[in-house]
Amino acid sequence: MSNDPVLDVEQLKTYFYLDEERVAKAVDDISFSIYPGETVALVGESGSGKSITALSIMQLINKPGKIVGGSISIASEEILTLSSKQMEKIRGNDIAMIFQEPMTALNPVFTIGNQISEILRKHKKLSNKAAQEKAINLLKTVGISRAEEIVNEYPHQLSGGMRQRVMIAMAISCDPKLLIADEPTTALDVTIQAQILDLMADMKEKFHMALLLITHDLGVVSEYADRVMVMYGGQIVEEAPTSKLLELTKHPYSQGLLESLPKLEEDVDRLGTIKGTVPPAYDFPSGCRFSSRCPFVMEKCKQSSTDLKKIDQDHFVRCYLYENGGSEE
Amino acid sequence: MTNLQTITSYSGSDDILLDVQNIKKYFPIKGGVLKRTIGHLKAVDDVSFTVKKGETLGIVGESGSGKSTLGRVILNLLDPTEGKIYFNGQEISQLKRKQVRPLRKDMQIVFQDPFASLNSKMSVAELVEEPLLVQTSLSKSQRKERAIEIIEKVGLRADDRLKYPHEFSGGQRQRISIARALIMNPQFVICDEPVSALDVSIQAQVLNLMKDLQDDLGLTYLFIAHDLGVVKHISDRVAVMYLGKIAEIAPKKELYENPLHPYTQGLLSSIPVIDKSKKQREKIKITGDLPSPANPPSGCVFRTRCPKAHDRCAVEQPLFTKKADGHYVACHLYT
Ligand SMILES: Nc1ncnc2c1ncn2[C@@H]1O[C@H](COP(=O)(O)OP(=O)(O)OP(=O)(O)O)[C@@H](O)[C@H]1O
Ligand SMILES: Nc1ncnc2c1ncn2[C@@H]1O[C@H](COP(=O)(O)OP(=O)(O)OP(=O)(O)O)[C@@H](O)[C@H]1O
Ligand SMILES: [Mg+2]
Ligand SMILES: [Mg+2]
Repeated sequence: MSNDPVLDVEQLKTYFYLDEERVAKAVDDISFSIYPGETVALVGESGSGKSITALSIMQLINKPGKIVGGSISIASEEILTLSSKQMEKIRGNDIAMIFQEPMTALNPVFTIGNQISEILRKHKKLSNKAAQEKAINLLKTVGISRAEEIVNEYPHQLSGGMRQRVMIAMAISCDPKLLIADEPTTALDVTIQAQILDLMADMKEKFHMALLLITHDLGVVSEYADRVMVMYGGQIVEEAPTSKLLELTKHPYSQGLLESLPKLEEDVDRLGTIKGTVPPAYDFPSGCRFSSRCPFVMEKCKQSSTDLKKIDQDHFVRCYLYENGGSEE
Repeated sequence: MTNLQTITSYSGSDDILLDVQNIKKYFPIKGGVLKRTIGHLKAVDDVSFTVKKGETLGIVGESGSGKSTLGRVILNLLDPTEGKIYFNGQEISQLKRKQVRPLRKDMQIVFQDPFASLNSKMSVAELVEEPLLVQTSLSKSQRKERAIEIIEKVGLRADDRLKYPHEFSGGQRQRISIARALIMNPQFVICDEPVSALDVSIQAQVLNLMKDLQDDLGLTYLFIAHDLGVVKHISDRVAVMYLGKIAEIAPKKELYENPLHPYTQGLLSSIPVIDKSKKQREKIKITGDLPSPANPPSGCVFRTRCPKAHDRCAVEQPLFTKKADGHYVACHLYT
């Protein structure tokens, strides 16, 4: 895409200090960039570090967690060194985030209208009346037809899908450059999921945002993302444009994920599986973190691990199988 | 009282294990200071189907469509408001709680949440052996022997018996739930979203296990889920539920390749898939939210979200119509 990245993450490390001995390396040395207008998906199973990556970007990591290394810049400005006040400004204006369960992000005792206009008053310095009006407009923009009534309702009066629309309205209220959506539709039914994902794609176009879409659903990735990063054990193990990643899948973990997916279009008697389970973040195997589950594990994988290496112009893999720049297994 | 004809009622036929006829489950809605019943929530509203021995009937539908309630009614954990259920030719919907007990051993359930459904204070051995303790007179060593057999069958290790649920991952806990359900050698297992809480790689392990166990032990499954991919993988036939009713029921291949009900069509095209060819196909969009089952639309319950709704749909409930062998649909487009 174009010129400078909206978001640039370099060698980010976020650790959780659980007790004297145990450190959960939730995010461990990840680097990536997102360019204007792009939708980039971050996929991986539970515990792989997707949410902690997002929360690190937002600087919403609490004890015992800590960002222990790396840098994060938004539109070329380093944000890890900002004061919490400056960061608060960035959070409203430049990056917005929506969560899996909108109820956790909405305040149950304030009306929907109040919550949206509060943001507008704070970040856009709008008057009360102007903010209320803009709130109604925003709700209409996100496809809520009864906007005039909904502004006076409370979060619990809305369905899950409606709440997620409200969250999107709040997120776009200040024209952010980057929208981070952390499993925005995981709690919703498929028909509502389709509505919300289509809405996000529309809003992305309309407001010229870049989108970091966190999901564990490769179907969602396939239909909505331009580029994908697959995460395992706090690291990015493969990154490529979506169609390339899905068709020329390289990393054994990415391959395993795709094979374990029940397919709608073909009949298989048995699904492919990845043996074992994800080890806890404080107890990764030494060497490659996937080595304990990898069907192609080699002796050296247990000793040490490689970096995310370029195997092709825009395809990166972290695996010894592709050590010599992408020559096949 | 029903204007829906019973779908293929084979009561008495040898290969039918479960025959559900016109089941309704209405929950009273209380209101006012006197807490009087002011209405009914129609969680399950006139549902009929049969399940053959050894087959898997999948039930899909959005949240709140009545899938779990239906499962609980079949298991006699809830009394039906109306309707009859036959199991092995015997009517079980009229049985008293006591009379149900011997049946319990033949009908088991596996729930969605492997974290909530296991008592955290009990060891795996205690959890798995509990049904034997309550319902059989096996000796301690016989119980242990049987428990080890089943624990190994579900892919855990014999010495896992001494551990507690918190020591296991989600997928392993679901294996414990399955072991507990299978220890009495049931004929029939209701699986209520057994893999919904699991990661895909673990989900695949559990689905493979459930298929293997079915082949091995000749089990019959009623498999409830909202994931159409999962249901397709495991089922022989699939029923699609919407607001307490079955919209369409058909053999799996038929349902996925030739869906007739606009709801089934919409559901299928809402699923994001990896297959490139599907992207070209026109998407059938389902707009709006699920209406409240306390106040369902008149006529066809799907009409408020249906892209093909016409005048008749608001006034008349569609009857089940047979469109092909085993393929039934409740939609005015076909009547
Ligand atoms: N508050 C916390 N305290 C300790 N460890 C934590 C905390 N939050 C996260 N972690 C650790 O960080 C790792 C990554 O967690 P994260 O929430 O990013 O996973 P995720 O990929 O978002 O998973 P999911 O798909 O379940 O949302 C986990 O393995 C967990 O052990
Ligand atoms: N004990 C109860 N009392 C009153 N209403 C109930 C009760 N149990 C379920 N319901 C209602 O019945 C309807 C059907 O619920 P049910 O749990 O059967 O749906 P489901 O299809 O299993 O949904 P999900 O996919 O969310 O599990 C819902 O509207 C629910 O709120
Ligand atoms: Mg997460
Ligand atoms: Mg349910």
